[in-house]
Amino acid sequence: MSLKWTKKDLLSLQDLSKEEIELILETAQSFKEVSTRAIKKVPALRGKTVVNLFFEPSTRTRNSFEVAEKRLSADMMNVAIQQSSVKKGESLIDTAKNVEALKVDIVVVRHSASGSPNLLARNLKASVINAGDGSHEHPTQGLLDLYTILEKKGKIKGLNVVIVGDVAHSRVARSNIWGLTKLGANVTIVGPQTLIPSQVEELGVSISNNLEEAIEKADVIEMLRLQKERQEDNLFPTIREYGMLFGLTQEKLNKAKPDVLVMHPGPINRGIEMTSEVADGKNSVILEQVTNGIAVRMAVLYLVSGAQVLENDEQKSAVK
Amino acid sequence: MSKIKQKSLLIKNGHVVNPATGTDEVCDLLILDGKVEKIGKNLTADKVTVLDAKGKVVAPGFIDMHVHLREPGFEYKENIKSGSEAAYKGGITSVCCMPNTQPAIDNAMVVKYIQSIAAEVSPIRIFPIGAITIEQKGEHLSEIGSLNEAGVVAISDDGYPVKNSELMRRAMEYAKMFDLLVIDHCEDPDLAHHGHGVMNEGKTSTILGLKGIPKESETIMVARDIELARLTQSRLHIAHLSTAQSVALVRAAKKEGLPVSCEVAPHHFALTDEALSEFDANYKMNPPLRQQEDIEAILKGLKDGTIDCIATDHAPHAEYEKNVEIAYAPFGVVGLETSVSLGLDQLVHKKVISLSQWVDKMSTQPARLLNLKDLGSLEPGKAGDVTIVDLEKEVVIDENQFASKSKNTPFKGWKLKGAPVATIVAGNVVYQSEDAKEKVSKK
Amino acid sequence: MSEQLSEILDEAGVGRALIRMTHEVLEHNKGTENLVVVGIKTRGEFLAKRLAATIEKLEGVKVPLGSLDITLHRDDLSKRADVPNVQTTEIPFAIDDKTVVLIDDVLFSGRSTRAALNELNDFGRPSEILLAVLVDRGHRELPIRADFVGKNIPTRKNESIRVHVKEVDEEDSVLLVKK
Repeated sequence: MSLKWTKKDLLSLQDLSKEEIELILETAQSFKEVSTRAIKKVPALRGKTVVNLFFEPSTRTRNSFEVAEKRLSADMMNVAIQQSSVKKGESLIDTAKNVEALKVDIVVVRHSASGSPNLLARNLKASVINAGDGSHEHPTQGLLDLYTILEKKGKIKGLNVVIVGDVAHSRVARSNIWGLTKLGANVTIVGPQTLIPSQVEELGVSISNNLEEAIEKADVIEMLRLQKERQEDNLFPTIREYGMLFGLTQEKLNKAKPDVLVMHPGPINRGIEMTSEVADGKNSVILEQVTNGIAVRMAVLYLVSGAQVLENDEQKSAVK
Repeated sequence: MSKIKQKSLLIKNGHVVNPATGTDEVCDLLILDGKVEKIGKNLTADKVTVLDAKGKVVAPGFIDMHVHLREPGFEYKENIKSGSEAAYKGGITSVCCMPNTQPAIDNAMVVKYIQSIAAEVSPIRIFPIGAITIEQKGEHLSEIGSLNEAGVVAISDDGYPVKNSELMRRAMEYAKMFDLLVIDHCEDPDLAHHGHGVMNEGKTSTILGLKGIPKESETIMVARDIELARLTQSRLHIAHLSTAQSVALVRAAKKEGLPVSCEVAPHHFALTDEALSEFDANYKMNPPLRQQEDIEAILKGLKDGTIDCIATDHAPHAEYEKNVEIAYAPFGVVGLETSVSLGLDQLVHKKVISLSQWVDKMSTQPARLLNLKDLGSLEPGKAGDVTIVDLEKEVVIDENQFASKSKNTPFKGWKLKGAPVATIVAGNVVYQSEDAKEKVSKK
Repeated sequence: MSEQLSEILDEAGVGRALIRMTHEVLEHNKGTENLVVVGIKTRGEFLAKRLAATIEKLEGVKVPLGSLDITLHRDDLSKRADVPNVQTTEIPFAIDDKTVVLIDDVLFSGRSTRAALNELNDFGRPSEILLAVLVDRGHRELPIRADFVGKNIPTRKNESIRVHVKEVDEEDSVLLVKK
């Protein structure tokens, strides 16, 4: 492989080329092996400090990053900040600059406002990794989904992938749409028309409002988490009706290919997005997604930390 | 009230463009005691300052009818002094200031306050616009008669739409008694998510995961207002229109002979919503940047006269207010110091409209709409307000050079051809660019 | 900058050196009992494969064969300007109480060997680790020595060694490079 990683930050999959995505996935392959060892730890990020800056509650993503950082021997610190206090008090920039004054190398950020990681990346010297921003992107989730599909299906090009649910508000959906289309999958998004975002077809996806029809030819079904609050915004009448139309049941799944993969970024609303039978059934790879998340995040942390060295070196040689 | 100095000035050899009289030729312009005395070849006058405008365009002073000066209430963003400096550096001789101040310009006292501050600190003309409703809350009509008497040039609740159609109808009927222009910020608040929409709804908002404001949020209100203009036959002005459909609606209304006019802001003809891709709040304004098809319709509207004038919607905000998560940032961009260069570069040099059409939209039309009978033309007897521009001068937008207290421009680093070189109010040269200064001589 | 290349070992030479090293390993271990072979990526992996194949030919026994990617254990990771591509370590067997023969193409500063020793540590506790290298070019920076050496080539600072193996370089050879 001749491609070198040069990006200081990982903000989105929109930013990445096909080759860069492939490099991350191949690097993740090696890191997955590390997690199978008796001693699941390598010294690659020894002496580096990583801060997990979480402005939004998240257990899964934070745990996954935390494990990844520890397996790379980084020194890590969790900073959880209640959104409400941020809006009233210190600005995001001030908070981040204070964190940076602690001389950290990498900031992993989760925030409910789209674009917050971009704002931080513009204002910080440290590398910024987006751990989910508003309805924008969740690149490491997108990458772990790609990794899981690739591992199970051996390829991504030409696969039919159906993404079901609240695409309008889903950062997971956006990262998946970019990643999957760049790697050559055929993506169909499925949901009530009220949750299909404006002009999304211009991103190269098909749209369907009929789950049963859409999954017939699917190789992969990615279910999205439904925020129950959306009902209050009149985006659908009731949870019951949503589940009826867009929930995945074994009965509907029986009409799909027998080897179709069922994925979900978690946490699952059992009985709404899918029945327990489906979530725990033979087509489900939901727990493998969690395992793969660690390898993918290790790969991303490793790659951006190297790019930082590259940047410093360039600065040094510029001084000469 | 106005303390504008009345001076005398002879401007020689300029290319005088005065759309009101159809003048479009190289000649001299003589201003005596603040008023235009004469236009003609080889003019001379005794004891009068002479300004050589050879190779430059001499136009009636530009009027920006949509500006937020922020005083009183938000002086950390801008005040009348800094706003007026920004205006004359940008070639603007008259500024109309919107009433969303604190307190709002919803009574004669605030009008008088602004006028008195302006008389003290501003060498250019400042015209307050009164609020349609008390505190711009959209509930009770302001004392529009008293506002008119105090000297407002129009009424508007700008920043907010007048949501209640009945109230809007009554405001228009009432304003008609004073022949006051009613300016509406057209927005359906529900479709715009009550201020929580961030940008135009479309492909880019979908990619960025930002809450979209559909174009229909604007056009529904434009359509309503046009219907009310038909009902009341009052003069309606659509502020900062941004969509192709709005242009079409205004065009149809004009064709029907309804008393409807409209303005466009430079950012709406120079930028699309794709500019938001880096989540920079300096591209966040309301109405939001739209799409290429809208720009094309706006350019057509400028060309065929559907769009009467260009106004900046100059909306200064402090750096710390804008350098935040884009969803939390306030709407608005500054515009006074970039309007002329953007118009020349994007409209005149690209041959969208002629130089004379552009001057018409920068000066003559706003004067007509606002009943500013002394302004907008360089005929003898009119005010000696002049903007001199250099069509060929190339500038790079540098917000650090702005006189405005705020730097929130979406045009940082833009290279533009054409710039204001002198701003003259009532014969008084209030601003000259450095390179133009040697051209003045005392006789 | 131009380089001068001179061939120190040709294909036959490389082959002979490997066969001799294999004999030495077997002699040292007194046969194949508890013996495992691990190559350091990239070229050590192929040398290890050949060594294991020779053992099989001589003794009729297939010894466990693994490979080690030491990228993540390097001590210059945070200083390197280019991000090394991480490859996979494959040791699909237990190394506890085994005799591990670690194979690399060139022994120079000893830092790669140190990284490999550290990484092996994470896989278990071998009873003995032996180091076999095709070329020892000197200039050690750590107290490390090879147990089996194909060829000792003392080099100057402006010289380096390039090992080619058929699997990736289309030929077997050892070249001395002068800069």
